[in-house]
Amino acid sequence: MQAQQISIFLENKAGRLSEVTRILSDAGVNIRALSLADTSDFGVLRLIVDDNEKAENTLKQGGFTVKTTPVVAALVNDRPGGLHGILDLLTRNGINVEYMYAFVQQSGDNAVMIFRFDKLDEAARILSENGVEIIDGDRLYAM
Amino acid sequence: MIFNIEYETMPREALESIQLRRLQATLSRVYAAVPFYRKQLDDAGVKPGDVRCLSDLSRLPFTTKQDLRDNYPFNMFAVPMDNVVRIHASSGTTGQPTVVGYTARDIDTWAELMARALSAGGATRGDIIHNAYGYGLFTGGLGVHYGAEKLGASVIPVSGGNTRRQVIIMKDFGPSILTATPSYSLHLAEAAEEMGVSFRDLNFRFGVFGAEPWSESMRREIEEKLHLKAVDIYGLSEVIGPGVSIECHEAQKGLHIFEDHFIPEIIDPETGQPLPWGETGELVITSITKEAFPVIRYRTRDITSLNPEPCICGRTMARMNKVSGRTDDMLIIRGVNVFPSQIESVLMEIKGVEPHYQLEVDRKDNLDILTVRVEISDAAFSDEVKELQRLSETIGNNIKETLGVSASVKLAEPKTIARSEGKAARVIDRRKL
Ligand SMILES: [Zn+2]
Repeated sequence: MQAQQISIFLENKAGRLSEVTRILSDAGVNIRALSLADTSDFGVLRLIVDDNEKAENTLKQGGFTVKTTPVVAALVNDRPGGLHGILDLLTRNGINVEYMYAFVQQSGDNAVMIFRFDKLDEAARILSENGVEIIDGDRLYAM
Repeated sequence: MIFNIEYETMPREALESIQLRRLQATLSRVYAAVPFYRKQLDDAGVKPGDVRCLSDLSRLPFTTKQDLRDNYPFNMFAVPMDNVVRIHASSGTTGQPTVVGYTARDIDTWAELMARALSAGGATRGDIIHNAYGYGLFTGGLGVHYGAEKLGASVIPVSGGNTRRQVIIMKDFGPSILTATPSYSLHLAEAAEEMGVSFRDLNFRFGVFGAEPWSESMRREIEEKLHLKAVDIYGLSEVIGPGVSIECHEAQKGLHIFEDHFIPEIIDPETGQPLPWGETGELVITSITKEAFPVIRYRTRDITSLNPEPCICGRTMARMNKVSGRTDDMLIIRGVNVFPSQIESVLMEIKGVEPHYQLEVDRKDNLDILTVRVEISDAAFSDEVKELQRLSETIGNNIKETLGVSASVKLAEPKTIARSEGKAARVIDRRKL
């Protein structure tokens, strides 16, 4: 039920983010979702791509610190309260959301959210048991 | 194996009588042949004949790096140029380089000392030595080379640089001993990894590393990554080059000083007073067999201590502890003495952190600001910002705890801290004092 995310360490200096996107575009890797968490000194770039292995290898060759991280992609109702319902459900079950971000999608009534949990498998199980649709990696990368 | 059983295991009493005789002969020669030393002794009111026991050594004046520079290039030579067969020079990173000369006998002495050193480090006649010290004016390359030949081992004079080719040679020639600077050995490990070559599959048994200070934790890292036993070698071109002292692979605890050729002392770098065995201070060396370029009480600026206890390897020569810093690498930050090697040890104690770091010192509003840049390795990287912040806090706290100085820690992308193929640039001091 998991999907893989590519996480990249970035120093806070000009041009590093575009260096990542350049490397991936040269390698023909498509970025499906992107989130940048940064502090005054450094940032962590998180990507969902269509080819994890190629992305990881080319970025490592490009001198970046890269890691793949398991995440859960869930379908969230694109209406008021849709996200709240999910977060509430998780809180009640003692699951912490480390971070989350939206997946870019062109159409439809649902939004895809990427979640990173402390207890990943348990979180995925609770979500599906409560009728939240989880999107597995293969489907996600092709979206 | 002990290369020269007679001298290396000599009882201290016999050793000291040889030292005294050789010291007296050296003093008479330099007094007669080197105007600098004659003036030094005259100014101090000491005649070579006044030195009647080893403790009289402390009556002689020191020789400093600046003295050698002032006598650039050949004025410290104690023999006519006709008798000099080799010239080396130290890198003049700051100011004038220092030039040293060797007679044929000096070259032979040096080869003997390096053969002893390589033996203590685990090498035998049957070994193939991959010598990645630079060949040239720097003494490292040729020092190891002559010692290896004296020992009867096979030496690959690969020198520094062209790292990918070195990896191929290591794979194809199967050398069993690596000689290199410790930072270059890690550079080799990185290059091998990038090329898909594992040191696990190579033939190395021992590595002899020196020419720059390195910590115990760096030793652990090298041993783990290169799959060999790592020993420390010490020397400086002003004294002879590598081969002044060497760690035995049996104990890996302190470097045996070849005391039949050099007399070591430890002094307080501030006052110049000799310190007793075991106390930490600046190492001072007097050469007692060199012909072309003898040094009397040369201040090495290296910080260490001496240990006369017998060693499990059987050598009786006193051991100096691993050099923990240099008096001139020492940073004084808000009044606290800081050696880069101490920061390195702190980093190596933290899981997943590699010793790729750089210290930056600035002065803002009359306050010293220490910034430690640390490269983030795959092992230490997390996709969660708070984990990375926790890591940088841990590094900062451990530095504060161990060194008593606050540092701001900046995590850096891999390979962004300049790694030279020889020595690593550890400190950028931007203070205008
Ligand atoms: Zn020993």
